[in-house]
Amino acid sequence: MRNLLAIEDLDRAEIERIMERADSFAEVGRRDIKKVPALRGRTIVSLFYESSTRTSASFELAAKRLSADLVSIKAAGSSVDKGESLKDTIATLSAYEPEAIVIRSPHAGAAKLVAGWTEAGVVNAGDGKHEHPSQALLDVYTLRGRIGDLDGKRIWIVGDILHSRVARSCALAFRLMGAEVTLCGPPTLIPRGAAPALGCEVTDDIGDLAEADVVYALRMQRERMSESFVPSIREYAARFQIDGRRLGPRQLLMHPGPVNRGVELAPDVIDGPNSLITEQVRSGLVVRMAILYELLAGGDRLRTARAQGGDELPAPTPIGEPA
Amino acid sequence: MSERPISTLDWRGAGAAPERDLILRNATVLDPRAGIEGPHDIVIRDGRVAELAAPGAADAPGAEVVEAEGLHAVPAFFDPHVHLRTPGREDEEDIETGTRAGAAGGFCGLLAMANTEPPVDTPAAIESLRERAGADGSLPTGFLATVTRGMRGEELTDMAELADAGAAGFSDDGLPIRSARVMRRALQYQSLAGRRIALHEEDPELSGGGVMHEGTVSALLGLEGVPSISESTMIARDAALAAYEGARIHVQHLSARESVDLVAAAKHAGIEITCEATPHHLTLTDEEVRSLDARFKMNPPLRSEEDRQALIEGVRTGVIDCIATDHAPHSPEEKEVPFEQAAMGVTGLETAFAAIHTELVVPGVLDLATVVGRLSAGAAAFGFELPRLAPGAEANVALLDLAAEWEPGVDGWESRSANSCFAGRKLRGRPLMTVAAGHVAFRQRSFAMGVAS
Repeated sequence: MRNLLAIEDLDRAEIERIMERADSFAEVGRRDIKKVPALRGRTIVSLFYESSTRTSASFELAAKRLSADLVSIKAAGSSVDKGESLKDTIATLSAYEPEAIVIRSPHAGAAKLVAGWTEAGVVNAGDGKHEHPSQALLDVYTLRGRIGDLDGKRIWIVGDILHSRVARSCALAFRLMGAEVTLCGPPTLIPRGAAPALGCEVTDDIGDLAEADVVYALRMQRERMSESFVPSIREYAARFQIDGRRLGPRQLLMHPGPVNRGVELAPDVIDGPNSLITEQVRSGLVVRMAILYELLAGGDRLRTARAQGGDELPAPTPIGEPA
Repeated sequence: MSERPISTLDWRGAGAAPERDLILRNATVLDPRAGIEGPHDIVIRDGRVAELAAPGAADAPGAEVVEAEGLHAVPAFFDPHVHLRTPGREDEEDIETGTRAGAAGGFCGLLAMANTEPPVDTPAAIESLRERAGADGSLPTGFLATVTRGMRGEELTDMAELADAGAAGFSDDGLPIRSARVMRRALQYQSLAGRRIALHEEDPELSGGGVMHEGTVSALLGLEGVPSISESTMIARDAALAAYEGARIHVQHLSARESVDLVAAAKHAGIEITCEATPHHLTLTDEEVRSLDARFKMNPPLRSEEDRQALIEGVRTGVIDCIATDHAPHSPEEKEVPFEQAAMGVTGLETAFAAIHTELVVPGVLDLATVVGRLSAGAAAFGFELPRLAPGAEANVALLDLAAEWEPGVDGWESRSANSCFAGRKLRGRPLMTVAAGHVAFRQRSFAMGVAS
């Protein structure tokens, strides 16, 4: 794997490989000393053009756990603030010869553009409303940890599909792993053409939610009301909020965070026994370690380096050795 | 209103007829409107088609003779919709580079839009542009003025005075005229000002922040879509207004099936409405946007295959009167950015014929005669004489090599900008020479020539 830009680019085998790699890092996480020297001497740039808590924190922590050198740049206070174009920013950062660039952008396709401008491996940490592949991978990992294979499982993604990169990446990833996906939300918040585009069922009737094995709720932003996507947050909550009545005892609950308590989720289910929300955050760290490792030390990257006859990357240090 | 010769537009060649005669020897002549099809020598003298002689028979002392065996001579194309970016964005295009690009594409005349910086909304601006075209234009070039002052959609420009100053028509292209009241006043006033009003039809409320066609591809990419009805609902409004006022409108760059249906119905009802489609809308769909490459971003957007088929059918039946490029040059800085941030528009003059020939004529979807006819029909929509190859007609000729295979952009562009959606594709068919009002406006560098003794 050279870059991680979109779930759309992946096949099932590539996802399986990341899952297995994440399993091995989970084992490391149970040790006293949680740091391994796998990416010692490699430079990773984290470039965030949008605010983010868990994605940026977990990528940065993942890089540190792997002993990489990390440069972390937020748009505010950087040259981006001074009107520098994305292309120029990438040219500047590439001069430091990073092995990987993790980028979050408010614009679809930004990570793909960056991949065309740099030698570094590029990780899309969210590009506009397009994709958020590392989120989908950690969600697959979380679910596998709880219910095993996703083949034939029924997963409902509920809420603001239109504005959600998480919905797009998750729908594609869940389907790739064999699950049946239903998108559910108000008709104004489901993009025209979503069913054929994403290969999902689409409904605005939450009445059949009981058929789901997993309910994946999306964040509902309050701004959507002023844009007349929904008449009011109150009406949205009445129709689509996941609460103790709608969520059955054998149904699992997921959410990418941050949660609007009392809007898309009722407080009782957030902290209930069916909730995987905290587990998702925990998975985020090991899955992002696995992504960085696959990009910087995985087989493809080594082969590419050798084929180009350039300075060969040193073989990755075995995971087991302490840093 | 009688039709004006294309040569009444301003350009470098205006006024003086070339000294030497020109003979296109043994060309395969195709002029669907004049009903001419077959091998002839075309003799061009004093700016006109003097004679269609039997192949190899024409002779004129001192004439330049172009051996055109195996090449098609067709009425040169006329593009009623280009952006020459002058004044204000000469870093992207100017009259010299834009008309050279047009000549290289087989065009004998261009009409430039008024959405420059600042917009062309005063007689002085029109006069200044005409003067520039007279000095720098490789082709007869007309300039439209805006319908509303500053393209703000509020007050009408001095349309009658602008027409007197030589405005070739009126358009707020780039923006729709939001207000139905302002639109109605413009159509009423047209009977005083004359000239066509060309309309960029789009409901900004429905388009919102859309950056591509609303459909399965936009759903997959998470990009905000521009629905097809954003275009068709405005066409419906303006066709109704034109009918009510007895006015004459030209609808620019049709992109959606619904729009073709509406124009067909309006024509059937006797409304004076003409319309155009672009080479990119006729040959590409929103599937191209999967690449998130901003070269495929334009307004209106590339739409679905169903829409494309409706446009092709419109060209075939004549519901779509003409093909226009909407040549819209942009600097690399405006395109080498994420899709949502990129400027809208693609260049088109140098690839128009080749793209349509490759995608529609070679596979047998449209015949060559139809395409040649539609590529020049934009002249009539704006009150100019149609290019013809009959003896006595103004000599506007494109010499085409239908077998030429080439990759646009590989040898650079005549245009100052490179934002073509056909760059790097293998295209078949290419203009080798363009004659505008009797002058050689363009000659492909590799194309040999000779002078009769």
